[in-house]
Amino acid sequence: MDFWRTEDQEALQDGIRTFCQGRFPIESLQLIEATGGRLDRTAWKDLAGMGVFSLRHDGFSITDSVLVFEELGRALIPGPLTATYLAATHLASILRGTDSGERIVGLAQIAEPVTMIEHLLDLDSLLILGPDSIALVDPNSVPTQIVSRPLDPLTPVHVALATSGGEIIATGDVVRQWCREGAVMTAAMQVGASFAAIDLAVEYAKGREQFGRPIGAFQAVKHMAADMLVKAEVARAATYAAAVNLDGNGDDALDRVVSVAKMLAGDSALFCGKTGIQIHGGMGFTWEVNAQRYWKRAVVLDTHYGNSEMHADALADSM
Amino acid sequence: MDLRYTEQEQTFRAELRAWLADVLTSVAPEPHRDDWRGRRAWDTGWQRMLFDAGYAGINWPKEYGGRGATPTEHLIFLEETERMRAPYVGMNFVGLLHAGPTLVVEASPEQKAHHLPAILKGEHVWCQGFSEPNAGSDLASLQCRAIRDGDDYVITGQKIWTSFAHIADYCEMLVRTDTEVPKHRGITWLILPMNSKGMDIRPLRTMEGSTEFCEVFFDEVRVPVANRVGDENDGWRVAMVTLSFERGTAFVSEMLQSMELVRDLVDLAKKVTRHQATAWEDTGLRRDIAHLSGELDALWSLTKRNISQAQRTGFVGVGGNVFKLAYSELRQRLGELSLRLLDRASLSLEDVHELPTGKHIHGRIHALSIGIAAGTSQVQRNIVAERTLGMPKDQ
Repeated sequence: MDFWRTEDQEALQDGIRTFCQGRFPIESLQLIEATGGRLDRTAWKDLAGMGVFSLRHDGFSITDSVLVFEELGRALIPGPLTATYLAATHLASILRGTDSGERIVGLAQIAEPVTMIEHLLDLDSLLILGPDSIALVDPNSVPTQIVSRPLDPLTPVHVALATSGGEIIATGDVVRQWCREGAVMTAAMQVGASFAAIDLAVEYAKGREQFGRPIGAFQAVKHMAADMLVKAEVARAATYAAAVNLDGNGDDALDRVVSVAKMLAGDSALFCGKTGIQIHGGMGFTWEVNAQRYWKRAVVLDTHYGNSEMHADALADSM
Repeated sequence: MDLRYTEQEQTFRAELRAWLADVLTSVAPEPHRDDWRGRRAWDTGWQRMLFDAGYAGINWPKEYGGRGATPTEHLIFLEETERMRAPYVGMNFVGLLHAGPTLVVEASPEQKAHHLPAILKGEHVWCQGFSEPNAGSDLASLQCRAIRDGDDYVITGQKIWTSFAHIADYCEMLVRTDTEVPKHRGITWLILPMNSKGMDIRPLRTMEGSTEFCEVFFDEVRVPVANRVGDENDGWRVAMVTLSFERGTAFVSEMLQSMELVRDLVDLAKKVTRHQATAWEDTGLRRDIAHLSGELDALWSLTKRNISQAQRTGFVGVGGNVFKLAYSELRQRLGELSLRLLDRASLSLEDVHELPTGKHIHGRIHALSIGIAAGTSQVQRNIVAERTLGMPKDQ
């Protein structure tokens, strides 16, 4: 047993982190917001150029992919990253050009009380995920209503007014595997966003002075930061465990490890998001400070592939 | 990353499992919790069996009689002994996991020769004299005084939370040998024979009703200078050496017990009724149990990460503190779920009405101690914030 990153994995993750810091610096997020969260196709192709969508065809494992997606989540990179990655992995013959960044693939899960479609205006292909099928539809053909003020300005959304039709391109085992991998990649981004929220809050607490000392010297603030780290580290362990099992390198029941990962990564991202805002005090409530962006992304990601509560219920059903 | 065990690890597990299956039939039933003589005989008897089979001091270096096992083998050892319900380390705890490892690194050849084999064979039981009434979280402020007099140190003062003091042979003691210097620099580490004259050992009853802890009072107790480990006034560093022995396995048995408690809780929830349905049909309760069960799985994964990190680097890093914080909190919630499920049946510490209340309520009380023992959760949070996150000290 060796549940620690190999040197190759460390190099892979560090490389992606450096790329993200250079190509998607956190300051650039506000520029994207000014465009209404529209995707920059050149940037998308740069992600493809880094091999983000073609990882699996290039011989990388699900675990390697999780390390990459952790960094994408840390950098709050917008767009249908998971759907495009999974389309390039599982539907490459149908959706050509996905791995090279030519085709942006989105996925909307049919849900109650409404089905929401993210990044609709930038999609080349839209997948509709039903209970046990994936349908391919033309993004321009779906009757929708635009949401004028999305919660996360980096994630523009439309309400789908109807989701029937389209060509069924996957069923059964492919859909099951897609959902497992989708949940784990989302969990990886939630873990990354958790750690980024921690870094930002800790940096602020070290510099911000009140009562004649940095607020980070107060135990009340320290303990919040420590609690964030605990949530994030536990979620990371669960997420890596799910990935390793999906790679066939473990003995755990797949649906269970996946649910544990998505449940705890969701809890972690929401907790670190809100606690990061609290540590920033009044500044945390402003548009300018990025603390709020981690929380907003956490809300978005929690709704992908089942929220924490749904996964807790799934665990209960199997017990 | 790979969660599967290697061939060598599987062989280790198979051999251990076969040995356990063979010997456990000859182990007598566990003595009553208040039968201290009986428990000592039981714990040390098991230690002797481990020694004879080559499993004693599983993580100790081979040159000192240990097995020199890897952290993963240590995990497997704890997993298998717990699964087969073998006796736990019990009152050999301080000797095997604390004083022994310190002696391995810091003691003189004579001290090692006298003590290490005796610990491994279960001949000597050790206790720990670190905490004092006024030195808990702030351990370095300890005041129990040792004054040099010829070839002896003369000890006067008090220790507290000394588990098994009334039944132990030796005590690892931290004493104040210099009051004029900063607190960390005036402490010395001594081996105290528990039959020394001038000691008054009083049991300290816990809220569980047990008397595992003691208070120990010292009135001019003489300990030979030859019993000192490390230099005079260098005891703080000597005591910290033990921490470097931690390989992420500290709570493995505990956690396996918690996993079993959760399984029992599910069985119980499916059996007990409320509002004309089983408790398991209560969506809120079953969601909370499932969430907690998932968290336990994640902590098991975190344990494997910590062990793997230790195997690679020799240190657990932040994972050890993170684990303890998460586990302490989770264990409290597990206990609260027991109370919620058992409702009025939780008023009994013994099983009632064919319900396994004793186990669950004892578990609930035990949970209250985990966030306190070996560093409170509040101190752990300070450590995580200051050492890992680099936040400023509160001064």
